[in-house]
Amino acid sequence: MKQEKAKKYGMVIDLDKCTGCGSCMVACMAENNVPFREDESDKLLSIAWMRVYKLTNGKPFPDTDICYLPRPCMHCEGHHGHSPCVSVCPATATDYSEETGIVSQIYTRCFGCRYCMAACPYHVRLFNWWDPVWPDGMEKSLSPNVSVRMRGVVEKCSFCFHRYQLTMDKAHMEGRRELEEDEYQTACTQACPAGAITFGDLNNPKHTVYRMVKPDHKQGGKPKNPKAFRLLERLGTNPKVYYLTSREWVRSMDDNYLKNESK
Amino acid sequence: MFPFSFEWVWDMDHIVFHGGLWYALNIMGLGMTYCIIKAAWDTYKGKGGHNH
Amino acid sequence: MDSALIPRGVKRCPTWQFILGIVIVGAVLLWGVFAMLLCWIKGLNQTNMNTAYGFAIWIWADLAVIAVGGGAFFTGFLRYIVGKDELKNIINFAVLIGFICYSSALLILAIDIGQPLRGWFIFWHANVHSMLTEVAFCLSCYFGVLCIEYLPLILENRQIDKVPFFHNLSHNMHEIMAVFAATGAFLSFFHQGSLGGVAGVLFGRPFGFREGVLIWPWTFFLFTWSAAACGPCFTILITKITEAIARKKLVKDNVIELLAKISGWMLLTYSVAKIADTWYWATVTAPSKGFTLMDFYSNNPLYGIWILILEVGICGVLPALILITDKGRKTSFALWAAVILAVIGVCLNRWVMVLQILAVPVMPFISWHMYFPSWQEIATTILPVAYGIILIMISYRYLPIFPQEAELNPIEPPTYAEEDKQEQEEPVETQEASNAPEPEMQPAEA
Repeated sequence: MKQEKAKKYGMVIDLDKCTGCGSCMVACMAENNVPFREDESDKLLSIAWMRVYKLTNGKPFPDTDICYLPRPCMHCEGHHGHSPCVSVCPATATDYSEETGIVSQIYTRCFGCRYCMAACPYHVRLFNWWDPVWPDGMEKSLSPNVSVRMRGVVEKCSFCFHRYQLTMDKAHMEGRRELEEDEYQTACTQACPAGAITFGDLNNPKHTVYRMVKPDHKQGGKPKNPKAFRLLERLGTNPKVYYLTSREWVRSMDDNYLKNESK
Repeated sequence: MFPFSFEWVWDMDHIVFHGGLWYALNIMGLGMTYCIIKAAWDTYKGKGGHNH
Repeated sequence: MDSALIPRGVKRCPTWQFILGIVIVGAVLLWGVFAMLLCWIKGLNQTNMNTAYGFAIWIWADLAVIAVGGGAFFTGFLRYIVGKDELKNIINFAVLIGFICYSSALLILAIDIGQPLRGWFIFWHANVHSMLTEVAFCLSCYFGVLCIEYLPLILENRQIDKVPFFHNLSHNMHEIMAVFAATGAFLSFFHQGSLGGVAGVLFGRPFGFREGVLIWPWTFFLFTWSAAACGPCFTILITKITEAIARKKLVKDNVIELLAKISGWMLLTYSVAKIADTWYWATVTAPSKGFTLMDFYSNNPLYGIWILILEVGICGVLPALILITDKGRKTSFALWAAVILAVIGVCLNRWVMVLQILAVPVMPFISWHMYFPSWQEIATTILPVAYGIILIMISYRYLPIFPQEAELNPIEPPTYAEEDKQEQEEPVETQEASNAPEPEMQPAEA
């Protein structure tokens, strides 16, 4: 059963609230059967759909300030669904859904060319360099709703799409075509103890995410809220993850600027 | 690659791309078929070896 | 021992020397095969690629061999479409080099993908909007064309040619070779360009992204152009190396000079276009994304502005200027230097358009990513080189690759007598077929 109106699911992350605790990362890994290795020290080889970056203003004490920036997949819309990764995948193994605004990844279709990784400026796409090895007994606790990935394919954050499917199934059984805002939430959103992550439909003015950033859809979804921004806005990727902050120095790291440009 | 695969859409992009592909494949295939059949015919007619 | 297989009218090294050469290069080949098997069996964790480097040395090698293998399509285009008849004396070797380069490229791709058994998905589930799809289709088809172009050469082996059907097949294929060459040129234009497009369409990567016309970024045209310019330089270079190893002249100077001259003008015009493209990119495209030119060439241990100067100036404009002058082409040292520089230039361009794109940090709070290949990556990259040397050795020994060789290196009459004597001792069926006069080394399309 299809929804009545096209959704544009997106996320708002309040950087002033994030404490960098990493609960979102842990919840994401558990929810999505993300594989891990015995030695996770090399972050360029490990897989984390949600990664928390540590930003600093570079000033000496006592002016030092730190900001933690959680980075899920941005689910870029690009120009009319022409997101950086979807347009380049040669085997149609990733898709931009006009129905939900979610960029999917079909693991059984991906043959591991990694062109999407080269295309993504956010380093969101991750390659399975190894087959997953679960500690003894842990395979029994894997989520049955998310397929585990084999070595040689790319994976990434799906905005917990399986939750959307389950909720839609439930709504269908109840004869509904629309979901309530709190019915479909991502694991990271629910796990954040500081309430820094908000998730919802950016097309729906009643949803909190819409009210928080006030996306201007005529301007490619740019936020009207002056405290809100999107990462690398000027590349034209048109992401659906918004950040909130009141700190100027954090804002200065949202994109690349020339010296003579005022942000 | 084929109209019966579900990715296929009857739009200009697919027609141009796969049109070019099948055009090239056909030239190669027909060209080789012509060469092989003619070679077989020539051999049957007693040409070949070092007669020319 | 194998003299019955060696073309008439030419001299080859003793069999033991040939086998020794094969064994030495074969050892390197086996090393590469071992590394390749490791990658297939254990997976791509055998490489030093990572999240930042989804593409690495293999994709560079892929782009580089396809660029230098461009000599096949462009020489074919000049010979069959433009009508530069002299090039018939080097086209066979250009085809052989192209065949080696493209088969190597396909092999590298088969190692590079994470799920090699799913490689056919790129054809079956093709996304026609992806540059890589265009590459895969045109590259595979063009490899088919190269097989068709290489096949008549194999059929012209002295013994194979004795079989009437093969003789006729080879003859007929030569008759319509222009059709295949035109198809090859068409396919090459698109796959060389698409390889440029692979980088140019990455609008999330300001170092690689370029504007363009319709769906094709400027890199599409620059890649085709540079392959057409530098591919023939590689053909000349390998011809010169083969001549140096064989210690004899194999192709007349006027043929080399003609190809060098055309290559020079192509390289010069390419360099002008590349400079214009770089200028526009540095002053308009990159600043629109918040980058200055020097952002791409500073704050890292490797990628300095030297790489741009080396690629466009020293390995672009300089060899072009040498090759367009009569004196430059006629001076052995200058010609050697020019073709080597041009080949380095195009390989460097491919490196930059694969590796540097990924090295440049795009998010403001991350730093440059550096990469050095693992031994498995190096071995599998050297593997095609060893394979290429072996195929050239075998082809040179047993096939009429160089039509002018016999004329340039006349051999003593006694050798003919010895060969005839040897042939008389061959089995009856071969003798029957060899009643007619033996074909001399001749231009392939004769």
